[in-house]
Amino acid sequence: MKMRKGPAAALFIVAVLVALYTLFPFFLVVINSMKNSNDIVGSPVSLKGASFSQMAQNIQNVVTNSNFNFWAAFSTSAVVTIVSLILLALFGGMAAWVICRNKTKWSTVIYMTFIASMIIPFQVVMLALISTFRDVGNFIGIKMLQSIPGIVFAYMGFGGAMTVFILTGFIKGIPYELEEAAAIDGCSPEGTFFRIIFPLLKPVIVTVTILNGMWIWNDYLLPSLMLGQNGPVKTLPVAVQAFVGSYVKRWDLILPAALLAILPMVILFIFAQKQIINGMVEGAIK
Amino acid sequence: MTTSKAGNKGLSIGLLVLGVAMMAYALVLDFSGSSAVYRGPLLVVGAIAILAGLYYFPTIEHHRAIINFIFLFPLLFTFVVTVIIPMVLGIGYSFTDWNGVKVNKVVGLDNYTTMFKDPAFIWSIVLTFLFVVVNIVLVNVIGFLLALLCSSKVKGVDFYRAAYFLPNLIGGIVLGYIWQFIFSNVLIKLTASAFGMRNSLLSNSKTAFIAIIIVYIWQYAGYIMLIYITGLSTVPKDVLEASAIDGASALTTLFRIKIPMIASTITICTFLTLTSAFKQFDVNMALTNGTGSMKFLGKTLSNGTQMLALNIYNTAISKNNYALGQAKAVLFFIILACVSIVQVRISNSKEVEL
Repeated sequence: MKMRKGPAAALFIVAVLVALYTLFPFFLVVINSMKNSNDIVGSPVSLKGASFSQMAQNIQNVVTNSNFNFWAAFSTSAVVTIVSLILLALFGGMAAWVICRNKTKWSTVIYMTFIASMIIPFQVVMLALISTFRDVGNFIGIKMLQSIPGIVFAYMGFGGAMTVFILTGFIKGIPYELEEAAAIDGCSPEGTFFRIIFPLLKPVIVTVTILNGMWIWNDYLLPSLMLGQNGPVKTLPVAVQAFVGSYVKRWDLILPAALLAILPMVILFIFAQKQIINGMVEGAIK
Repeated sequence: MTTSKAGNKGLSIGLLVLGVAMMAYALVLDFSGSSAVYRGPLLVVGAIAILAGLYYFPTIEHHRAIINFIFLFPLLFTFVVTVIIPMVLGIGYSFTDWNGVKVNKVVGLDNYTTMFKDPAFIWSIVLTFLFVVVNIVLVNVIGFLLALLCSSKVKGVDFYRAAYFLPNLIGGIVLGYIWQFIFSNVLIKLTASAFGMRNSLLSNSKTAFIAIIIVYIWQYAGYIMLIYITGLSTVPKDVLEASAIDGASALTTLFRIKIPMIASTITICTFLTLTSAFKQFDVNMALTNGTGSMKFLGKTLSNGTQMLALNIYNTAISKNNYALGQAKAVLFFIILACVSIVQVRISNSKEVEL
């Protein structure tokens, strides 16, 4: 089936126009990060006044700004995301395996509770979450608010349901004979999980990690409530929000800050495009 | 073997006793109001010691049950503390005068009647429903058209697919600010020279609402497109070839074959858009923060672009009215739960048909 020339050219033009539209905001962020304040306001679309030295200057201003504290926010976001993802993959895999391989009343109840909890919107738990974390933290003497361990704990709680749901679906497809064979050969249950099942979960753990990773890295509401706008620890979205709040209309600072905030995701996407796209689709279809 | 068993037994009992002792001592400190900094770590180390003691417990018949417990414990514990307990407490607080710290008295359904007397809240509900309906239609139609485009034989499909999906990677707060710049600095220059329009879309509640929709579609249509691409790829090639041989036009193939065959994908995408649009918060906050004047029910409101999620947040956090915000959140949850039940019903009935 060969396409006729006219429609093919029309499709091509539409495809290019839509791509220009979706990429245009990124283009504007990049070129305006290369200009001084006057040129941004005077001619936002043109390249007039854009230079790499100005860009270096703008980024320097943002990174060294004590209200933004870019590197502190960046490393907080990185630590929170990476630790949460590792713990979710590990504990999620362990829990999903137990739920899947034990057909008892308890495992069914736990599984159903996880599934049902997926429709709970964050808004309905957020207020009581803050007060619970504050009270528990004061009681046991471990800071749960304004602390990295507290926020990782919360992400494990909120990400657990979806992680278990996707992993359970995958584990069901792994033949049980594998585990029986291992048991006959004298392998302990925990050995069976870590040596046989967990390595087999690799493809689905990639999916879960991408879904959770994009959510945790970009999440604003949970960290803004738990860490506070003026707290000592901030993730990147919270820091950007606080920064923009204190520099209204200073586009020469806001746009380079936005550029720095979106750059890690864009770089990751360029290298892991296939995995990210597949992960997003699989997560939605399940 | 016997010696190692005995060793295990000693180790197990030792760890269990140590763990219980540490946790008990930490709890005694907690209840006596001690401010010793080591009481928190003591509690955690005690809990880990108990789990380790259970792990080494010398039994063969119960070993599997112990492993099951240890494997489930971490995730289940965090889940109960972060989701179940706040959920139950939250629903309870919505019937009280809770101020975020403590409860003074139970007020029954007062919070629920108060919120329905507030035109600003009714407006938020109306606006949210409007937003959801408009976006279900627009995001699905645009996402589907983009999917057709990316499933056609255009050169460089991979690049376009990536380009259309890219906005979805960026968090709502950051892209909200980027679009604020575009609306108030870039677009205004274009409209001023073309039609003499000197006001930004964001300066008026009605056009600001359109602006939020534009940004939402820009962010979300690429994601919906990906799911439609997957759906379209499941339409069997031989069916399409058969229709081509029978002389069906491209439009007939689309409406008679492709769309009916991806009905389940359409259901998925519709509900994904529905729940995501309903929960919209980040872009709403970063773009307009809900402000804008609006005449509604005979009153002039100042929250012309404020949708439900942002209304709940502002009620509780900005206006410091926790109990009322919590009651609104419970209503929010009830609406979402109803929608989810409808979705499950529809998906199940579809599966029976197949």
